[in-house]
Amino acid sequence: MAKTILGIGLDAISYGMVLFIISIGLSIMMGLMRVVNLAHGAFAMIGGYLASYALRSIGLSYPVAIIVAVLGTIVIAMPFEILLYRRIYRKSDALAQILLTIGITFLIIGLANFIFGPTSKPIPLPASLSGPYDLGFKVIPANRLFVMACGVCTALLLWLLVDRTEFGIRLRAAVDNGDMAEALGIKTQIIFSVTFALAVGLAAFGGVVGAELLPIEPYYALRYMVTFLVVVSVGGSGSILGALAASMILGLVDTTGKYLAPEYGEFFFYLLVIGIVFVFPNGLLGRSH
Amino acid sequence: MTELLQLKAITKSFGGLRVSDDISFNLRGGDRVALIGPNGAGKTTLVNIISGDLTPSSGTIFLNGEDVTHLSIPGRVGAGLVRTFQVTRLFSSLTAAQNVAIAVMQKRGLTKQLFSNPVNHPDVRREWEGILGLLGIAHLSELRVSNLAYGQQRLLDLAIGLALEPKVLLLDEPAAGVPSDESPKIIEAINRLPSHIAVLMIEHDMDLVFRFAQRVLVLANGRLIFEGTPAEVTGNPEVRRAYLGKYEDARRAS
Amino acid sequence: MTDRLSIGVGRSAAPAISQDILALVLIPLIGAIGFVLFPDDLAFLTRLISLTLLVLSLDLVTGYCGIDTIGHSAIFGVSAYVAGNACLAGLTDPVALLIVGAVSGAAAGLASGALVARFSGLPQLVLSIAIGQLTAALANKLSSLTGGSDGLSGIEPGRVFGVFAFDLYGRTGYIFSVVVLTIVFVILRRLVNSPFGLLCRAIKDDSLRARMIGARIYPRLVIMYGFSGVVAGIGGAIMAINTGVVGLDSVSFEQSAEALVMLVVGGAGTLWGGLFGSLVFQLFQHYVSAANPFHWLIMLGLLLIAIVLFAPRGLAPLVGSLAQRTVRLAWRRS
Repeated sequence: MAKTILGIGLDAISYGMVLFIISIGLSIMMGLMRVVNLAHGAFAMIGGYLASYALRSIGLSYPVAIIVAVLGTIVIAMPFEILLYRRIYRKSDALAQILLTIGITFLIIGLANFIFGPTSKPIPLPASLSGPYDLGFKVIPANRLFVMACGVCTALLLWLLVDRTEFGIRLRAAVDNGDMAEALGIKTQIIFSVTFALAVGLAAFGGVVGAELLPIEPYYALRYMVTFLVVVSVGGSGSILGALAASMILGLVDTTGKYLAPEYGEFFFYLLVIGIVFVFPNGLLGRSH
Repeated sequence: MTELLQLKAITKSFGGLRVSDDISFNLRGGDRVALIGPNGAGKTTLVNIISGDLTPSSGTIFLNGEDVTHLSIPGRVGAGLVRTFQVTRLFSSLTAAQNVAIAVMQKRGLTKQLFSNPVNHPDVRREWEGILGLLGIAHLSELRVSNLAYGQQRLLDLAIGLALEPKVLLLDEPAAGVPSDESPKIIEAINRLPSHIAVLMIEHDMDLVFRFAQRVLVLANGRLIFEGTPAEVTGNPEVRRAYLGKYEDARRAS
Repeated sequence: MTDRLSIGVGRSAAPAISQDILALVLIPLIGAIGFVLFPDDLAFLTRLISLTLLVLSLDLVTGYCGIDTIGHSAIFGVSAYVAGNACLAGLTDPVALLIVGAVSGAAAGLASGALVARFSGLPQLVLSIAIGQLTAALANKLSSLTGGSDGLSGIEPGRVFGVFAFDLYGRTGYIFSVVVLTIVFVILRRLVNSPFGLLCRAIKDDSLRARMIGARIYPRLVIMYGFSGVVAGIGGAIMAINTGVVGLDSVSFEQSAEALVMLVVGGAGTLWGGLFGSLVFQLFQHYVSAANPFHWLIMLGLLLIAIVLFAPRGLAPLVGSLAQRTVRLAWRRS
């Protein structure tokens, strides 16, 4: 019994961490640029594909493959930012944003299949991360620990970035009042582009480290399209703590639900989402815009 | 004549900041009242309280003898309290005629109807044609809002307000942002408003105040500091002090 | 250029009526063309019609009320399951099954609307998605009612009006569906051009201003959701009785998203756009996707991007103006 609880708990936290790493970029993007980006999962998927290719076809090491995946995804995503996303920043026409980003998702899914084929692509872990890890009092899968560590590091680094750096200050100013920030000489378009790159890079990172839990295959982008959006909405767009809290809670409910009552599928996950959105329409830690 | 609108001791605080302080006044049918005051005096806040966009921290509002202090906006509109905005808000995908017609139908409870032919119903049509004609924009009835000049949009905004058969009409800077070649039309329209309704207008343009108002309310720092005719207002020292502030005192001292 | 599809206000009532006549003529005409061109594919065309009803129901809430939802198929699917179960339980009269679908659709629509219309913006969108997914999860779980992942099958409707039996080729089913689509479309046109419909459009344009003219927004939107549910429910019933099966795809997020895409491709807010978009989308999908589903996705993705950037009001207005210009040119030549 204790083993099951620990097992579920570990899986839940790891899943939550993966959700967090991928979703936090979307949260910041939605908080800053007010874009409902349904293609976010597609960029995570691209990261996964690049890492898989780097590891299996080129033979790079795991850390290098991660860097390739993150940078490669940013390079691939920037044209989308320049040509498409810029036209829908801060526009209140949500329908246009939804449809444009759905279109981008479909495009990426189609291209992924065209290039890599329909089967799922594994991301082989290095030996140090594949086996069990001895904590002294317990032995747990190393991969789970790695994912959790990644999540915590991501949260800390982001917090430092947003709270302690020059960029972070400008970012927060632009989120709070974009027009005012412009008037003060803060070049919001540059901040938007950098934030977009950050969001996409984080998504790619999450796609790679989370590949055990969220396998990389062409329909990944559609399968998890809703999940990341929901995490951001529940946590509150623009809030790091909110995204963390939402990821953990939703990860826990989803994993526990699937263990205890698998026939219900994602019933409990969405029931909780409905409950939270009803009571906190702007998310647990969000503000109304 | 009966009091249409009565404000009694209206106060509104945001945290520690008192933006409306113990304001009381009455409006009767036929009144033409201008609400003036320096920036930040709380004029728009007061209008928001009267229209229902804000609830007062204390005090009461009576419309036609009925306590409307906690009545919803649709409720107040139904009771005859109508306002226009400083920034024009219109139904952008509808034509000018449809904008007015929808207000007419809403007022008459016709918008519950599901299958009739709405806007061309003879009664409805007579109504919106009449209002558009009164304001001099009948020739624009088929145009989409996006094809109207800004001044024409302001007039349409006013037309919608009239379609709701107001007893009390609150105008928030009706001439604001209107180019000078179009503002005479606005002034003319205001002068043609039905004589039985009470009109309260926020304005900065003193010319307009003089041409329109028989009474002026002066607000400063959230308090009603003066109530009188336009002529009396300009001579009043307290009003001058409110607008010019310490400058006046400094001048006098030197 | 006047928008041919807008309501005539100052003009006489003729244009509105002529559009109804257009619908009464055009839809059966297209139906007849389909019957002649694709005699072996009538099952597909009937399914196309049922999804068109879903798209029209979505147009009511999205195109006419401005509600953003990607969970609308849940209403369609629930009604399909209810109608299917009713038929399996012994109620085989097709018209009665349509009524069952309409009523369950109305109930599901009102319930969804009560939740979704409470909010706007992102919370509204996420809520609509969550409700849809919840319904899908329930449909999977309640396999005694829905057949779970295998779906409900063996739905065999009785004779229409006791006379016309549903044949193997799907002819009766097809004609039945075309007639239902025509009637529903004409009724919907009356609805959206009514005072109620006009107020909904005003709410979509500026809900604050609508409050300022004394309209109570929330009840209006919920009622429109009810009407939308009726249409979706009829669509679900048609699908159930014609294909004989109801699967989990009928409540899926994918189908909700597809319906939204079809609506926007045609053009939201005119009903004609939904009709056109649904028709064109599904025909293309049928042929291209069968060849290679991923090429279809690439094409669709590019199409969506192009529409958002260059034709935000959808393709139907473009086709409409093209048709107008052609007619005018032909008129001038003669």
